[in-house]
Amino acid sequence: MSTWQFYWETLIPAVNKGLGLSIALIVPSAVLGLALGLLVGAGRAMGAKKTLGRLLNLYVAIFRGTPLVVQLVMWFYGLPSLALILEGYFKPLGWPPFWRGLLLSPYAAAVLGFTLCSGAYQSEYVRGAILSIKKGQFLAARALGFSKAQAFWSVIAPVALRRALPGCGNEIIYLIKYSSLALVVTAVEITGQAKMVASLYFRHLECYLLAAVYYLALVTVATAILGYLEKKLAVPGLDPH
Amino acid sequence: MTEPRPLLEVSRVTRVIDGKKILDDVSLSLNKGDLKVVIGPSGGGKSTLLQCVNFLQVPNQGDVFLDGVSAREMSRHNINLFRQKIGMIFQDFNLFDHLSARDNVAIALRKVKGQKKAKAYQRAMEELDRVGLADKADLYPSQLSGGQKQRVSLARALAMDPMVMLLDEPTSALDPELIGEVLNVIAQLSYSGMTMLMVTHQIGFARHLTKEIIFMEAGRVVETGPPELLEGGPGGGRAAEFCAKLAEVTGR
Ligand SMILES: Nc1ncnc2c1ncn2[C@@H]1O[C@H](COP(=O)(O)OP(=O)(O)OP(=O)(O)O)[C@@H](O)[C@H]1O
Ligand SMILES: [Mg+2]
Repeated sequence: MSTWQFYWETLIPAVNKGLGLSIALIVPSAVLGLALGLLVGAGRAMGAKKTLGRLLNLYVAIFRGTPLVVQLVMWFYGLPSLALILEGYFKPLGWPPFWRGLLLSPYAAAVLGFTLCSGAYQSEYVRGAILSIKKGQFLAARALGFSKAQAFWSVIAPVALRRALPGCGNEIIYLIKYSSLALVVTAVEITGQAKMVASLYFRHLECYLLAAVYYLALVTVATAILGYLEKKLAVPGLDPH
Repeated sequence: MTEPRPLLEVSRVTRVIDGKKILDDVSLSLNKGDLKVVIGPSGGGKSTLLQCVNFLQVPNQGDVFLDGVSAREMSRHNINLFRQKIGMIFQDFNLFDHLSARDNVAIALRKVKGQKKAKAYQRAMEELDRVGLADKADLYPSQLSGGQKQRVSLARALAMDPMVMLLDEPTSALDPELIGEVLNVIAQLSYSGMTMLMVTHQIGFARHLTKEIIFMEAGRVVETGPPELLEGGPGGGRAAEFCAKLAEVTGR
């Protein structure tokens, strides 16, 4: 098999297949992670109290404080172990097999892991952006008769979103690259495909080089989209620079 | 003859923060069309008083009545309805940074009063025109001068058809040459019968327009009276003393 033949007939089709899965992992994880980050960041910045506040703090502490690989392994291998324990406990009692819900597909485990991890980081960008808004903005809205929720959505959120956008975009770009960890849960995306072909044909240089080019392309596209968004949402004088 | 019921009545308001009495048993009342001026040294509780009037800060004791309606009673149901009827002007404007002048004025009409965009915009333009800024409708706060910002904030408050306006040092953050344009709008408002409670150190302005000065110090109303209260001379009280000091500083 010639080198060109290897490229065209083996490596590139394999990595292309991986690209499809990568996109299918990244897009929902980015969207859900951002949404989660918005809710958690807003909750913490607006001073959620008692149980909810503690829960949010705990979430961020855990998911920022532990390696993503460990989290992914937990979702994919840890939950089935838990399911086994639950089965041993509840099956004799005649319960319906709810524990089967803990058996995640590689794809579901990866999206769940990415979303929860990304959400924790996103929430910090959102929280910082909200805290950067002067109290007077909220006060002025309340004085006009806005409810707390209205003031948040009409006055705080639009400014916070714009201020958080560079940070949130950064996290999404980071997510594109850590999506390669999906191979830990046997979801074979770009990196997984490159790795398989590389060990099969023992051609590590080309395989991983190509994988790198694909990630670079994804990041370039994401950067362009984020840049477009930033420009489109720009308001004169809003950025503090 | 019975006295007319005051439009705004602040009744024995006390506000405690961290065990400290920021406001101590403050009462005052405004009839329709009154402009009353609150003066007094920094930290005396003037801003806190204004924020207690529309329950942005809830008084620990006492109540506020607007046209006979109790704020405390309203706060049990929907204090936002009460606040809609009271316009508030801040020292540092607090325009919404992400909105054009037009949208700053229109947003509460749309979100709070539920008006359609076209109607809200039409009203916004009328109010901007009233403060002489119709040609600046599309500019953002960062593109406006301080005086223009404060006039937009006046337009924003007026668009809600308030029964009373609260103004907290509306000109203190302005360069001297910009103060006039804002005071002009306020004077016009007063002539047109708007009821206003205003904190200001613009003594000259206050003298011309107000019938009553309220002097506050350390959370209490210390003196109340006509603008002559501020004149020095023998027997001049704390208010006169304060004004003399103010004149020394500002050189007027
Ligand atoms: N949130 C708060 N927490 C603690 N103390 C406060 C708070 N808000 C106001 N105070 C205190 O209340 C007192 C009155 O403040 P306030 O802002 O009402 O005074 P002021 O008369 O408006 O002063 P200035 O002329 O400087 O605006 C001050 O001593 C201030 O330190
Ligand atoms: Mg003040």
